[in-house]
Amino acid sequence: MMLKMEGVHAHYGHIHALRGIDVEVQVGEIVTLIGANGAGKSTLMMSLFGNPKASAGRIVFDGEDITRVHTHEIARRGIALVPEGRRIFPRMTVIENLQMGTAHADPANYAADIARVFAMFPILEERQSQRAGTLSGGEQQMLAIGRALMSRPKLLLLDEPSLGLAPIYIRKIFQIVKELNRDHGMTILLVEQNANQALRVAHRGYVLQHGEITLSGSGSELLASPEVRAAYLEGGHA
Amino acid sequence: MSAVVFARHAMTPAERLRDAGWVAFVGLILGIPLVGLTTVDVGGRLGVETRFGLLVAAVAAVFAGRLLLRWSIDQARNRKLARDQASTATAADRAHGAQKVVTVLGWVALGASIALPIFYSDNRYVVDTATTVLIYVMLGWGLNVVVGLAGLLDLGYVAFYAVGAYSYALLSTQFGWSFWEALPVSGALAATFGILLGYPILRLRGDYLAIVTLGFGEIIRIILVNWTEFSGGPNGISSIPRPSFFGLEFTRSAPEGSQTFAGFFGLDFSPMHRLIFLYYLILVLALLTHAFVSRLRKLPVGRAWEALREDEIACKAMGMNTTNIKLSAFAIGAMLGGFAGVFFAARQGFISPESFVFTESAIILAIVVLGGMGSQMGVVLAATLLVLIPEFGRNFAEYRMLLFGLAMVLIMVWKPGGLLAHREPTLRLNPLGKAASNKEAA
Repeated sequence: MMLKMEGVHAHYGHIHALRGIDVEVQVGEIVTLIGANGAGKSTLMMSLFGNPKASAGRIVFDGEDITRVHTHEIARRGIALVPEGRRIFPRMTVIENLQMGTAHADPANYAADIARVFAMFPILEERQSQRAGTLSGGEQQMLAIGRALMSRPKLLLLDEPSLGLAPIYIRKIFQIVKELNRDHGMTILLVEQNANQALRVAHRGYVLQHGEITLSGSGSELLASPEVRAAYLEGGHA
Repeated sequence: MSAVVFARHAMTPAERLRDAGWVAFVGLILGIPLVGLTTVDVGGRLGVETRFGLLVAAVAAVFAGRLLLRWSIDQARNRKLARDQASTATAADRAHGAQKVVTVLGWVALGASIALPIFYSDNRYVVDTATTVLIYVMLGWGLNVVVGLAGLLDLGYVAFYAVGAYSYALLSTQFGWSFWEALPVSGALAATFGILLGYPILRLRGDYLAIVTLGFGEIIRIILVNWTEFSGGPNGISSIPRPSFFGLEFTRSAPEGSQTFAGFFGLDFSPMHRLIFLYYLILVLALLTHAFVSRLRKLPVGRAWEALREDEIACKAMGMNTTNIKLSAFAIGAMLGGFAGVFFAARQGFISPESFVFTESAIILAIVVLGGMGSQMGVVLAATLLVLIPEFGRNFAEYRMLLFGLAMVLIMVWKPGGLLAHREPTLRLNPLGKAASNKEAA
């Protein structure tokens, strides 16, 4: 078991954003979390990361309870987050951004890790001395993923990686997610509004509505489920 | 028909001439009453005289000015276009070229500042002003850590300057500490105050942070004004000992058992010796500050500051402890401000709370912002400008601060990112697998 959330509640001020979430991620899985805007998808990601901390319930990562652990400590234990909206460091160069991903990693791995990231995203190697803010949206997303991979995480969290990207890049990002899992054995928790694509690449999925998990099952089950089709696939969300 | 062309594209020479012609025509119409005609006193009565020569000159100036303006706007636009279209390689090349220029500029400035007292060894005004410039350069470099690198807007930086100055003043007058003994202690005290300020405001950003730091600066000043037994209140502290040159005093006659600087080197006594010594002292302190900050920038802590400025949430997600990053930025910025304060107290020989008002914080912040946030050379340029403009402005008496404000506005219009907005990467392009990349990471 890589990650287990048990009855997790979270609040943003007075807003009760998560109401008893149970989510499990097994080693080597791609698990996706789909839901409409404001369903609590990003909150779930962030409370997993201790920001805000869960107000009730338990989060166990890799056999350790991380419910009360500081955000930066959680990152050090092997969870890497690709935040919503990419959040690269725009005035720093591509290579500096990648290096920030290694803030807590073993420097001995640096050369190998950066070679791995460049092999995966050749465009980043080409642009390594360019300011990250001058990259296109899709390139920035690749940089954000590359930066997260630099720390050799056990679990990769992707928060809406396809948000605001051109269709060609959306396909590419999902391709990358698939490859990361298949070729590198990366365990991935993927939060998406793009339910169709996300369920296609995921082994399992959860549907989040108003801070609660309303459905769960394998990716193909959810794709076939009439509720999911009605809510996320045929309503123009595909 | 629109006579004056507001072209979105670059203009042809003919278009430029026509455009300038129209503007000159408007200038002529306006100029006839404004410039061409003037009233004169003809034997007690009012008469009108023509000044067509002046009018022609004015219209010609308008014509030429308009041509020049259009030309430079087009140039700027072309440059921008070229920049937008430039490929990766040329972008890197140009960045490299800009760095080269800055480096050369830096060495020239260093050479000039070393040579300055040699050429002006008997000009007290020049040496004094240069010393002031260097104090602001040092303060700018210190604040650059907090504002330029870590992106924490600090409007109360002068508080740390005051802590340094008062620490030295009190340690030396009350306990007889020498300049060199007091320097590290005062720096450490200022750093402690930096952390004290940093703790309560860890969660604040932007405007809120600015307000609290502004308040902190005022608190320190008001304590200094009111706590008379401790700080001398508004009267300040006077007869602060001057730094000595390895124990040699800069006085006409030495006290029993010691020597004067002039006596030791067999020179005729001159009050300029001390001024020049102080100048070189602040130059060395400033250079040490620069070396220290530039080095930090290339270390993980410096990169963490910059990452914090760029995106705090991403920093946390990368496993960085933002609390420590912020506190270290505040502490180091404060320490450097404290050092500058020690020097200030030693140079003036007298300090009072009046030297540590909000305007000082604002000027230091202006130096950092005008210089281009985070740029070390930019701070030097901006500090020089901001100290020299009011000096040159002395001839303009009451218009002096107006000139100062105008200059600041112009700089921001002309260079919105600061004089040297270019940010030098802390990592060079290096091919993969090279030992260099390993070393950089370590």
